Amino acid sequence: MVIGIFGLVLRFTTDHSDHHNIFWSQILINGLFYTFIGFGALFFIALQYATETAWSVMTRRISEAITTFIPVGAAILVIVFLASTFGMNHIYHWMDASVYSEYVIESSMESDHPQYVMEFQEGAVHNHHYDSIIAGKYGYLNKGFWWARTIVYFAIFIFFARFFRKTSIREDEEGGTKIHLKNYRRGALFLVFFAVFSSTLGWDWIMSIDTHWFSTMFSWAAFSGMWLTAMIVTLIIALYLKSKNLMPQLNDSHIHDIGKWVFALSFLWTYLWFSQFMLIWYSNIPEEVTYYQERFGDQYVVAMWTMIAINFVLPMVLLMSRDAKRNSNFVITVGTILFFSHWFGVYFMVTPGIQHDQWAGLDYTEVAMMLGFLGLFIFVVLSSLTKANLVPKGSPFLDESIHHHI
Amino acid sequence: MYDDDLTCLAAAKELVSQGITVKECYSPFPIHGIDPVIGIKRTRLAIASFMFGLGGLALAILAINYFMIKDWPMNIGGKPNWTYFHNLPAFVPIMFEFTVLCAAHGMVITYMLRNKTLPGMPATNPDPRTTDDKFVLEFDTTENHSMSAEQLLSAIKATDVYELNENDI
Repeated sequence: MVIGIFGLVLRFTTDHSDHHNIFWSQILINGLFYTFIGFGALFFIALQYATETAWSVMTRRISEAITTFIPVGAAILVIVFLASTFGMNHIYHWMDASVYSEYVIESSMESDHPQYVMEFQEGAVHNHHYDSIIAGKYGYLNKGFWWARTIVYFAIFIFFARFFRKTSIREDEEGGTKIHLKNYRRGALFLVFFAVFSSTLGWDWIMSIDTHWFSTMFSWAAFSGMWLTAMIVTLIIALYLKSKNLMPQLNDSHIHDIGKWVFALSFLWTYLWFSQFMLIWYSNIPEEVTYYQERFGDQYVVAMWTMIAINFVLPMVLLMSRDAKRNSNFVITVGTILFFSHWFGVYFMVTPGIQHDQWAGLDYTEVAMMLGFLGLFIFVVLSSLTKANLVPKGSPFLDESIHHHI
Repeated sequence: MYDDDLTCLAAAKELVSQGITVKECYSPFPIHGIDPVIGIKRTRLAIASFMFGLGGLALAILAINYFMIKDWPMNIGGKPNWTYFHNLPAFVPIMFEFTVLCAAHGMVITYMLRNKTLPGMPATNPDPRTTDDKFVLEFDTTENHSMSAEQLLSAIKATDVYELNENDI
């Protein structure tokens, strides 16, 4: 928290030196990264309800606390999106009318705000900035539909996050199985929404930065990253609470199981990342490979490979053995490294599409902003944690979870 | 012989606490938590599996190098076909699959060999009912020198035993 507050202060003092696009993209990266952790935790809760998993009941309150960051993260993202929509930055350059409109009114061309029109009309000439590929995507990538989707994502996700948390807290008082059975159905329902929306929100918010490029696998890689970071955060908070003796019933087997998730999801992430990369590398189609040519350009190549190596090799070598997953200091160290490394994962999804080959390495203001948002995230999550019992004591699975032993 | 896994587990705990060595336990399914009670060490199957995986990975790397680079380089889709490194992304799926194949098969075969349960091997369980709904704890008098056979019998009888058989070996 001290680092977080320090970072927040530093962020406020250094923000003004940033270039607009870089500054906004930094907020976007952090907003996406931390909101995604909330999404990952929400997905995990729904998954545990839908599969009626018992062991994870012990850490459910932690996951719920993480989901309470979603409204905050949504607010941050909406600010960035609003700024993009009203031309304060060019993160989403398909939003610019000059790119998708084929014609421009000749008499307005010299003015500050030329009038772009999509259909030919009297007095219009061909627009030199016209990009037929982006115009071809206009049916999906236009401000109206894009905003409608964004609002639907946030509405659904926040609704479910609040619903799961509210019913879970009510369960503490009421007990019984009624609430659990209801959440079981709602969990399955949410997974249906999530399956579609986790894909499309990745396309809308991240992939559309590189507007020409497309990959159906992209959101899967983003999703595995969000799930993984959510598990890491759950793991670290659980161990923190245990070290403070606040969750005495949390035993090694719970930690071991979350550690297994971290291990397995690291492989899922690598698998999806590599599958996307290899297919594009192999087919070598110009409109696809440009994405990777940018990312493996001189500026990024070392940082990219370092990030991938850490995300893959580190958990494989260090988290494979049973003893390692049960050693709390060890998993906290590995988890923290993976956490920051996956922040770079999001960083490299966004930054090359904005700064292209002008990237000059990681700026200290960017680190400060990252830590500032981390402070905000920790503050929101931990203050939500204090507002309810640390263990859902009304859950019908609690007893089974307490005796979890593997 | 016991007719419930929890009674069997409780009996094993009780007898071991009296200093009796359990030779073996036969059950139709794994009894959770009995391994440390009757003194079975943690399995080393995972280590074996890791070794098989490493072996598979090494074999895949060497084999691909011979097939695709040394012996018969092929030009597929204009990709560089004379160097290993530049073709590496295309080879990774094969390495991955072969690693998984070797680790999985190696692990299964090791497991069956170690337990003497390869197909066609004779069954070693003392009573066919342990494959259905009964649980057997086996004791050997030669492993329990601290007490006489009668003492051992009476201790076993004190537990919630379903059936008791004595055999001379």
